[in-house]
Amino acid sequence: MNYRYRINYSKKEGMRYTSNLDIHKMWERTFRRAKLPLAYSQGFHPQPKIQQASPLPLGFLSDFEIVDFFLEQEMDLSSLETALTNSLPFGISINSITQINLLEPALQTHTIASEYQVVFLEEFDAIKIIESIHVLISKETVIRVRRGKSYDLRPLILDLEIILENPIYLKMLLMSKDGATGRPEEVLSELNIPMELTRIIRKKIILANEVLDNKLGL
Amino acid sequence: MNQEKSLLNQLERILPLVEKPGRYVGGEYNSVVKNWDEVSTKIALVFPDIYDIGLSNLGLQILYENINQRGDCLAERAYSPWQDMEDLLRKNEIPLYSLETKTPLRDFDILGFTLPYETLYTNTLNLLNLSQIPIRSEKRGKEFPLIVAGGHATYNPEPMAPFIDAFLIGEGEEILLEVIDAYKEWKKEGLSKSELLLKISSIDGVYVPSLYDPQYNSDGTFLAVKTKNKNVPKKVTKRIMGKLPYAPTRFIVPSIGVVHNRIAVEIMRGCTRGCRFCHAGMINRPIRERTVQEIIHSIETGLENTGFEEVALLSLSSSDYTNVLELVEEISNKFSGKNLTISLPSLRIDSFSVDLMEKLKGSRQGGFTLAPEAASERMRKIINKPISEEMLLTTAFEIFKRGWHTLKLYFMIGHPSETLEDVAEIAALCKKVLAVGVKAIGRRAKVHAGVSTFVPKPHTPFQWVACDQQESIRQKQNLLREELKGPGLKFNWTDPKETIMEAWLSRGDRRLAEVIETAWKNGAKFDAWQDFKNYDIWMQAFREANLDPDFYVHRERSIDEVFPWDHIYPGVKKTYLKTEYLNSLSLRLRGDCREQCYACGITQTFNHLRKEDPGIVWKCPNISQPRSKNELSIPN
Repeated sequence: MNYRYRINYSKKEGMRYTSNLDIHKMWERTFRRAKLPLAYSQGFHPQPKIQQASPLPLGFLSDFEIVDFFLEQEMDLSSLETALTNSLPFGISINSITQINLLEPALQTHTIASEYQVVFLEEFDAIKIIESIHVLISKETVIRVRRGKSYDLRPLILDLEIILENPIYLKMLLMSKDGATGRPEEVLSELNIPMELTRIIRKKIILANEVLDNKLGL
Repeated sequence: MNQEKSLLNQLERILPLVEKPGRYVGGEYNSVVKNWDEVSTKIALVFPDIYDIGLSNLGLQILYENINQRGDCLAERAYSPWQDMEDLLRKNEIPLYSLETKTPLRDFDILGFTLPYETLYTNTLNLLNLSQIPIRSEKRGKEFPLIVAGGHATYNPEPMAPFIDAFLIGEGEEILLEVIDAYKEWKKEGLSKSELLLKISSIDGVYVPSLYDPQYNSDGTFLAVKTKNKNVPKKVTKRIMGKLPYAPTRFIVPSIGVVHNRIAVEIMRGCTRGCRFCHAGMINRPIRERTVQEIIHSIETGLENTGFEEVALLSLSSSDYTNVLELVEEISNKFSGKNLTISLPSLRIDSFSVDLMEKLKGSRQGGFTLAPEAASERMRKIINKPISEEMLLTTAFEIFKRGWHTLKLYFMIGHPSETLEDVAEIAALCKKVLAVGVKAIGRRAKVHAGVSTFVPKPHTPFQWVACDQQESIRQKQNLLREELKGPGLKFNWTDPKETIMEAWLSRGDRRLAEVIETAWKNGAKFDAWQDFKNYDIWMQAFREANLDPDFYVHRERSIDEVFPWDHIYPGVKKTYLKTEYLNSLSLRLRGDCREQCYACGITQTFNHLRKEDPGIVWKCPNISQPRSKNELSIPN
């Protein structure tokens, strides 16, 4: 019998340069250090039962990442959180842990959209950005080529706005379904903003069962 | 602090542009970040190859833990940036920095370079230059860090002599701490850099090359070194630990994939087999073992501290570990069913090794590797690695039968007396092994032959021997490539140009430094990486320095030649090496020196240490009688 838990965590500092695959390993090792009974798959090469929601591109920060893991024993949430917190590497911190139903669908099939914040590392002309956002939003299709495949970026942009606080930042809500993922750097490229002059932070991942409560109109 | 802030800002802009930016940010689990201002002596440990290779280096890990245990010191790390990062560092004028506090290396007190192999020399110069530190020792005043280096390659320090302030010869556990203490005193006294160098030159095992003057004969061969100061030791004897200290257990856990993601536990140091080509086997004497309890404890603590899924038990010859069966059984009892991979490399060729590996076989399974090194009877006698073909075939059959599909076999070619017939026997042997595999498990059986090329290393019985000519190496490799075609066979080799580069650097004298510097200036680096084609740059550098590369590698040395590394003493006497060289010429085998002492000199050199720790840790036989030529008594 396995027990399923969901961790919501932040990914900061040097950990932003750890890829999705390596984050998987990071969790496995954290569980081993915390001496928690992580469940493994059966077979010749047993793998730890860890599922991640929509992968976060290398270099992005996040206030809101989700991972599901399966334990061989049931544990109370606060001791689970304490054990993990003591074993996590610098830059990863837990926001919350919940126990969830084993029968819920796999996280990666369950993700609908991601909200990102884009902070500028250098001064940009807000007026110009507003104009290019306007141009982009008013298009019906935005065909781009990524890794040799062409796709339409426009329907993947659910929301895009500039927040005129000091300092200014962009807020974007992009589709992140299996096979239909909008990438913030592709949007930035359409806006003629070099990615290396920005800091991109994921603020939220929206899951399918949350959509009903949302006014996303999906 | 401000400096750090602005460096972090700069890094945030350049890291998205490089491959694997996680190499350059630190923050790994078990890395140690101390408060810079609260510590008096700051050491940066530098591995001059990329992070992916350097991170798991055991020597560096030992020193990192040792130094950071002290309240008055800190140790941070730096590695070679890959070309993309180097370009951006140079373009933005960012000096090379440490991973922990992102401090420029030039602001440290001491930089300690690990030089396990010679092909890191150009990278070492490159790292100094990237740190905005002059590469030549004489150009560095006391405003620059003290540059020290250690590791296997430094047993011949001469080619790097003008660049390194001091070499720490031998095992680094104590000597580096002693250098730190001397440095602290010196700093308090406010003396000059030359005072510092003189001060540390009195520490056992420290070689300060600027205090020694090499002299040459008119034919270019080495005459002698002259000490420039009468207080400086004429010969620098390596340092060893009488008893192996506790193994490190707080391994740095990388946040990105690297070459070895594992806990490494040294089960013993040294080797008693006496293979005549083996540098490690000669310089790491005497043989010292850890107890089974100590090893188990290190693994348990290491796993708790890291969460790693792999454990490597390291030694030069695992089967020779006295209680190897007990060790393996204990490990299998304690750790099976925990989804761990446990590797035990360097096993002897016998079916006992297969038993050992089978006990370690958990749910995850590694490969099986054996190193026959030579295939013909004659070559085995020359290199002193006797193996019976029958035993190899029986062992191979067991390996395949018990579930391994691939057997890797390591061989060495390139000894000058080797003939094409000897090489053909390697191919024939691989085919016989494959046939045995097919008999055991059918067409799934595979044999991978890894064939390296011999480099006559300093401080080995083959230091008098010449390197094979490139043409001859190619001919031998072509023969193997032709023969080792077909289903189930795979053949790996080393480019002869790479071998010859390694040979120059291993066997060079101090004049070679100019060649290294010129080669680096003209773009040579990452010489250990086959995809960097530096050979022509090196040839050009030899021409510019007016030196003949063949002089260093293709010349058989006369038996009484003085070598540029003779004043570095690994505790193994040159007369012993000479006897072994003559034995190889007359095809005479010598056995395991646990059984019979051949008086290599190691026990005499370190008798004082042995006496401190009497009992079981040293596996050299006790020599109870006063030494006379042929009277070696073996106890028990």
